[in-house]
Amino acid sequence: MNWPMLRFGNWRFGLGFGWLLLATSLSVWGAQNLRPLRIGLPHVLMDRQYVLAADWRQYLQNRLHRPVEFVIRRKDSDTTDQLRLQNLDFAWSSDYPYVHFKRRLRLVAVPLYQGRPSFRSYLIVPAADDQTTSLLQLKRMVFAYVDPYSTGGYLDPRHELWMAGEDERQFFSKTFFTWSNRAVVEAVAQGLAAGGAVDGFVWDSLAKTHPDLTGQTRVVAQSLEYGAAPVIANRSISADDFRALQRVLLGMARDPEGVALLKRLNLDGFVPGNAKLYARTAEMMKSIGEE
Amino acid sequence: MKSAFDLSFRYKIPLWGSLLIVTTALAVSASLMLLDYDDLKEDLLISSSNLGRTLAKTLFFPLQLDDVWRASEIIKAPLKEPSVDNALQPEAIVVLDKAMRVVVSTSPRTIPMLTGLRQLGLEYAALAARIAESRGGDSQTIDLPESLQLYVVTPIADEGDFLGTLVIVYSKDMLLQRFYRAAWRAGLMGFLVLAVLLPINWYWGQRLSRPLLLLADRMGSLDRSSAIKIEPGIYAYQDELGRLFGAYRRMLVEQERKKALELQMMQSERLAAVGRLAAGMAHEINNPLGGILTAIDTLKVFGDADPRTAKTIALIERGLFQIRDTVGGLLVEARMKSKDLEPQDIEDVRSLVLPQARKKGLRVNWSASLAQSLPLQASLVRQILINLLLNAIHAADSKGLVACSVELDGGDLRLSVENDGKLLTPDQMAHLFEPFSPLSEDGHGLGLWMTYQIVQQLGGAISVECDNGRMRFSVTLPFGAGV
Repeated sequence: MNWPMLRFGNWRFGLGFGWLLLATSLSVWGAQNLRPLRIGLPHVLMDRQYVLAADWRQYLQNRLHRPVEFVIRRKDSDTTDQLRLQNLDFAWSSDYPYVHFKRRLRLVAVPLYQGRPSFRSYLIVPAADDQTTSLLQLKRMVFAYVDPYSTGGYLDPRHELWMAGEDERQFFSKTFFTWSNRAVVEAVAQGLAAGGAVDGFVWDSLAKTHPDLTGQTRVVAQSLEYGAAPVIANRSISADDFRALQRVLLGMARDPEGVALLKRLNLDGFVPGNAKLYARTAEMMKSIGEE
Repeated sequence: MKSAFDLSFRYKIPLWGSLLIVTTALAVSASLMLLDYDDLKEDLLISSSNLGRTLAKTLFFPLQLDDVWRASEIIKAPLKEPSVDNALQPEAIVVLDKAMRVVVSTSPRTIPMLTGLRQLGLEYAALAARIAESRGGDSQTIDLPESLQLYVVTPIADEGDFLGTLVIVYSKDMLLQRFYRAAWRAGLMGFLVLAVLLPINWYWGQRLSRPLLLLADRMGSLDRSSAIKIEPGIYAYQDELGRLFGAYRRMLVEQERKKALELQMMQSERLAAVGRLAAGMAHEINNPLGGILTAIDTLKVFGDADPRTAKTIALIERGLFQIRDTVGGLLVEARMKSKDLEPQDIEDVRSLVLPQARKKGLRVNWSASLAQSLPLQASLVRQILINLLLNAIHAADSKGLVACSVELDGGDLRLSVENDGKLLTPDQMAHLFEPFSPLSEDGHGLGLWMTYQIVQQLGGAISVECDNGRMRFSVTLPFGAGV
């Protein structure tokens, strides 16, 4: 059996990504003797947006009045593991881990995209392919997924195949993970894969910043909505720390500096959110027997 | 058809030089090009097998994890910067699994994932066969015949665990293009070298051949009557050519001397022949003449002639006397012994001729250094000197100059008489010493003849030359035991 899912747990393979430890100005907070807040960022969403991440971290430090460390891991599963091992205090993660490990994690905030706290999955094919109109036409083709923990880039297309009565493990001739939404767009643009599934939010953002890349792909179909990638907290985090970050995130939309950052993130803001948002995700997981 | 080897040196030297330069430039350019091509190929092989080993090592884990995207990113990295100039940049990179199916390639559209290498066309099928043959080795280069590509094949393996094969594809075309660029540069350099060297060679060839041509021209003129002299300084160097010029000059001098000698010998022989003839005739005439004169004398004494007959006899006698004088003039007999030459004899000659010179208002330069008597017949020497001096006085311009010098030179007595005035032509000089010379306006033209005969009989030499507007007669008389 050649299913990558079986291997993703081998988190020791950081493969060049590892910790992204950005320098902190310890002199300011050293006196207060505050531990840096460690927040995981989703590589699937933030691939190659390191400047933006640095600016956002600075913003959070200024608002929280304490040092902040951003940690980006190549695989979502690594972030989840770090969260579970309490190496991280918070994480902006795909919705998948939250649904998986609901009991150990708390929802801090949910991003608003196009005014809604939800994303859609896009099915994309190379621009040269003007025949394909649905996922089912990609039978026995090479298909690119984002990450085993990605709803839009993995769970949703598999669920669709399940709905159509297809066995996902046999449907495609070959599937592979690229570990970021942007890389799926690239793999499809290059023709490495005949199709791919991505979070629509990332494709739309890329269409603004890198139209030459998205121009080499074509969106064939959009999925139903599912809960947007949430910011989650470790259960062990103190209530003060939890409220502080939640307050800052929710306040971004009311603060010009925060608004500028949100614009660069292609988001409208953050809302508290609730578990119901992820009902569809949980349902999909349940239907394909992955709970 | 004229052979190229018959060409003048004027063309042959520069042409041979040019041929040599062009050949050298071509050979150097060609060897540079070949070296460059070899270097390029060597570079390609080294860098490609290095690249292959590095990539294969890096690809091992992604391949083990079936991380296709990671593998794709790894093989794309060497192709990231497409620079037209770089022949060392691969055209494509393909990762094959154990079954030689494509795991991932840098050109997924033409070499799609999961395709068997043998399905990708004849060339790839041949490549697959070669890879199958040599599985397990180190990185190797596969150059298929008639292929436009060069394949560098490296196994992806670690500790004996073989996962697949990495194939790096290079375009030979790129290699060739780069070679052409190098060739173009080498050609340009060659052309520049030629542009500098060829004119220098041409100039050098001309310079070298010029004296040769000159010499050849002069040598060609040698067999003609008017051989051309070579001005000294026309070729001032002491190399072989300079020696040739020297030899030519010496040859010319030798030739002139030989000619003069031949002329002189011809003259002497002619004069000797004339002398023998004259002497023979004089004897033949003198013998009967003596008898006739004796008979006439007897007739005058004992004959009983009437006045008319007596007058006739007297007439005949005078005529016969004249014949005897003339014949006597022809027959120069130097054998009769007279006294030795004294300095006084020279003084006497001076006293004799000075009045004649004064009559013409001439200036006479006299230089006689004789201080003792010499074993030479005084009368003959006096006759020679008087003859020459009278001739000179006669030929000199009015109020002109006559010079005479008498001196000893080892065993020789040297007499020299010169005068200004009208000079003789070379033709006149050739017949100067012949009897009955037409130059003699009043005498019978035997003066110089006699002088010549006397000098000959004394074993000496007489010569005449025109020098500096003057005629000069020089006489050398040896004295001593031989005479």
